[in-house]
Amino acid sequence: MNQFQYVRPTKQKAAIDALARDANAQFIAGGTNLIDLMKRGVMAPQKLIDINRLPLTKIESQNGSLRIGALALNGPVAEDKLVLERQPLLAQALSAGASPQLRNMATVGGNMLQRTRCPYFYDTALPCNKREPGSGCGALEGFNRMHAIFGFSDKCIAVHPSDMSVALVALDATVLVSGPKGDRRIPFNDFHRLPGDTPQRDTNLEQGELITAVEVPDGPFTKHVHYQKVRERASYAFALVSVAAALSLDGNTIKDARLAMGGVAHKPWRLTDAEKALIGKPATEETFRQAATVAMQGAKAFEHNAYKLKMAPNAIIQALKTAAAA
Amino acid sequence: MADDNPEINPAEPGASHNEARRTFLKQSSLLTAMTFTPGPIVQAAAAQFDEKVAAAFEKVPLKLEVNGVKHKLSVEPRTTLLDLLREQLHLTGTKKGCDYGQCGACTVHVDGNRINSCLTLAVMQEGRKITTIEGLANGDNLHPMQEAFVKHDGFQCGYCTPGQIMSAVACIREGHAGSEGEIREFMSGNICRCGAYSNIVAAIQEVKNGGQKV
Repeated sequence: MNQFQYVRPTKQKAAIDALARDANAQFIAGGTNLIDLMKRGVMAPQKLIDINRLPLTKIESQNGSLRIGALALNGPVAEDKLVLERQPLLAQALSAGASPQLRNMATVGGNMLQRTRCPYFYDTALPCNKREPGSGCGALEGFNRMHAIFGFSDKCIAVHPSDMSVALVALDATVLVSGPKGDRRIPFNDFHRLPGDTPQRDTNLEQGELITAVEVPDGPFTKHVHYQKVRERASYAFALVSVAAALSLDGNTIKDARLAMGGVAHKPWRLTDAEKALIGKPATEETFRQAATVAMQGAKAFEHNAYKLKMAPNAIIQALKTAAAA
Repeated sequence: MADDNPEINPAEPGASHNEARRTFLKQSSLLTAMTFTPGPIVQAAAAQFDEKVAAAFEKVPLKLEVNGVKHKLSVEPRTTLLDLLREQLHLTGTKKGCDYGQCGACTVHVDGNRINSCLTLAVMQEGRKITTIEGLANGDNLHPMQEAFVKHDGFQCGYCTPGQIMSAVACIREGHAGSEGEIREFMSGNICRCGAYSNIVAAIQEVKNGGQKV
């Protein structure tokens, strides 16, 4: 691991100032991804700003939403009474991620900021435009079994690894950030970026900005929800494909629906057209199948990930069936 | 000793037998390697030397408690909690398996919560209370989970065992040992290459069903 300076501010402003004036600095919270990447030489910040002592861990009920502090830990959030009551889909997605030990370390803010697990990003001997812009994408014509089927570019076909973010994008969450220019609110779907020509930028955060909380609006999705994660072992593995499904039912009629996928794109992939195909229809397998067909429009596979073109719609149907029966 | 909470100065560690053996192994393996393949190994040794020189200038103070013993230390910021425990405090019960948070061999408790000690910096644990496998037993009396692992053969080679036991204790304390399925899910962060999973589950179930305080 490279050497670095270590500072541990206790005031939010001090943390933001420290990051804003140093392009080679990084915040560290749980560290479960950053330390991993630093050990491998993928990231080499000159300064680490430890934000763990900032008071950003609260989970609070607000008028019309649940506000979850950026430093709330994944494990405790997944088992929080308010979260289970109001946003069970988020709780399910969090519980599906990582291991109990990692969930006790990883924060909500850090989870959103996870880097891709693309093997070319992780191996400094191989080309990767995300790690080293201009070096090329090794996965494009290489080992691309885990890679994107939506929204990729010829510069990068990596996927975002977070489960939590798939639920948050489905639930129309908002990311609260604070920076040198003040506070702002970023709709979750605008937080992560598609790779385009700048795959080195995962998110729309500006230099010096700190995630302070995420707000999840109260909604009707408290019962018929399901997070379906397909992976290569029963637990503790990244998703090949995952689906966050939430339904609001009136009898057997779908009044409202939310649908998003993970493991298929550079960002958590919201499926608004498929949601429209569900609303007003009966909650039957036929309806779910049609929605899955809509969801898969525009999907394109590479040499080793064509299985996702079948796995993804099947996962959508399974997630919706399970949600409807919940 | 644990009751006295003495502050230990790491600058003057008593050279125990184990420590001397570990140091000898390190030195001898380096020398052996140098004899056979001089080029890259000499380079590596040189790099290590550079790191040590730099470390002397970069150390930061750290206070924490390990197994009831308070420590006042001086560490390089990039030292992980795992390396601090093993290399500086010589608590080698906590194992380095993958060193990337994938295997769980390094599991310890921080303020009662289980974490992977390889993925956190020691300096981030300022003021925290750490419990390692060495802190579970009460003198010569094994912790009930240690007893159960012995009874049920919850290991073969034993390398993952300290992490498994730390996780198993947490699994019960957290209330996640209600069924075999739940135990398997909440023990998924601890990999056992020998495949002692069934016996590990049996050990956890026995402790859970026995109602002993963990």
